[in-house]
Amino acid sequence: MPMPALAETAAVGCLLFILLIPLAAVGLALINTGLGRSRSAAHLMMSSLCALAVAALVYFGFGFAWQGFIGRGAHVLLLRGKEWNWIAAEPFFFRGLTLDTSLPSLASLQQIFCVILACLIPLGSGADRWRLRAICCSTAILAGITYPVFAHWVWGGGWLAQLGANYRVGYGFVDTAGSGVIQVVGGLSALAVTWILGPRRGKYSEDGMAPAIPGHNGVLVLLGCLLALPGWFGLNAAGAMLFTGAEVGRAVLIAVNTLLCACAAALTAAVITGYRFGKPDASLSANGWVGGLVASSAGCAFVVPAEAVIIGSIAGGLVTLSVGWFELNLEVDDPGGAVSVHAVGGLWGLLAVGLFARFPSPVQNVASGFPGAASATASGQLLAQVVGVATLLGFVLPLTYGLNLLLNRFCAFRVAVEGERQGMDLYELGAGAYPEFVTHTDEFIPH
Amino acid sequence: MKIASFLLLLAGWCLVLAAIMLLPTPGARGGFIFSGLAVEALGLALAVRSHSTIRGAKG
Repeated sequence: MPMPALAETAAVGCLLFILLIPLAAVGLALINTGLGRSRSAAHLMMSSLCALAVAALVYFGFGFAWQGFIGRGAHVLLLRGKEWNWIAAEPFFFRGLTLDTSLPSLASLQQIFCVILACLIPLGSGADRWRLRAICCSTAILAGITYPVFAHWVWGGGWLAQLGANYRVGYGFVDTAGSGVIQVVGGLSALAVTWILGPRRGKYSEDGMAPAIPGHNGVLVLLGCLLALPGWFGLNAAGAMLFTGAEVGRAVLIAVNTLLCACAAALTAAVITGYRFGKPDASLSANGWVGGLVASSAGCAFVVPAEAVIIGSIAGGLVTLSVGWFELNLEVDDPGGAVSVHAVGGLWGLLAVGLFARFPSPVQNVASGFPGAASATASGQLLAQVVGVATLLGFVLPLTYGLNLLLNRFCAFRVAVEGERQGMDLYELGAGAYPEFVTHTDEFIPH
Repeated sequence: MKIASFLLLLAGWCLVLAAIMLLPTPGARGGFIFSGLAVEALGLALAVRSHSTIRGAKG
């Protein structure tokens, strides 16, 4: 079922929201760089730039062809009389798009920025040891295969969005602005990359200790958080207009919810760390802030502000506690906290839709074309969200892990020992980020 | 153990899909979907366990 076209004013508004999204990417890049070590700072920023470029080009080449848009050509499986729309059938290189203010064109622009966001997420987890060439290749896989397939299922009229229409499971899986499609996909890719890379040298000792390797620049991290906020306003508002049929005036509610979610999450993180460590921790509070933004994306158009505060508070708590749990108990060395912030925060955001969201007519899951407000129940919607979560964990994680593991056989992910000791800046780029100010003490000491 | 863990993840997802396709009543469908999620949780726990046996740096 094709979506109704946007009015001209709404289309211009949607375009402006879309053009804010790169700020979120800038924010993520700064956060990743600040949480890494100074000897790899330039390499992380260079990796962000290269990942952005690779993601955009690959998505232009064939990513959108497999993601598609609602109501356009797709490949469908017929199972027990129901259509399971599993992948789009768009032409490659945007040849099927007119690139005007039509919905598919606006969605293609928005999706380029969204896939860039998703591809920046794993950089935080692979900091200080992930080779640039491998980053580019892994980004191509994420932007060309993993992301478009799942995004089609949710936003392209695929079977997840059709759960409501085909099987009366709520309104189908709802993910307004990418808590699942962008954040959890990126976070699970980050987990896969962390597993394949292994921990940084010296992170885990034989006697079970895990010394902290703190980030080198808290100012970059916190500046990144502030820049990410307007980016997320644009991300959430554009997603709501494109994929749930929200009118442009709903952007006020979306912006309020996004802001309150982030604020509640950051303060919760600060309170928890202040209680546990005696002083609030800046980097964990920043992680909490981003976790709140991530959790807000799924249901920002369908919850009241008080519920957004609750969602953000829980996101802040989950992210703060899971960072330490992943690092100390599960031996997942994740310098940027990407797995906790994006995967855990995103999964909570998706489930929160089932717990809190209400779907007033005419706002609905337009991706399914399902207007069944009368038959959709709260428990049905929660079940639809659980199916989406199960798909992320049971399909996306094995897919991204398998593809990256295969890639690792042809393009080694991990830098040599010497490179990790010198720092990625000197080893891979030949120049450091702070040539006048940084003095290393251990890279030339033989071990 | 790594392969088994990811096979468990896939198996849990297939259980969820089967529940959607084959079970018409909401109660049974919901029960099997959560069962599939539990199988996935087991697979995830096994995957974490299989990757956490490495201590110290690789390379």
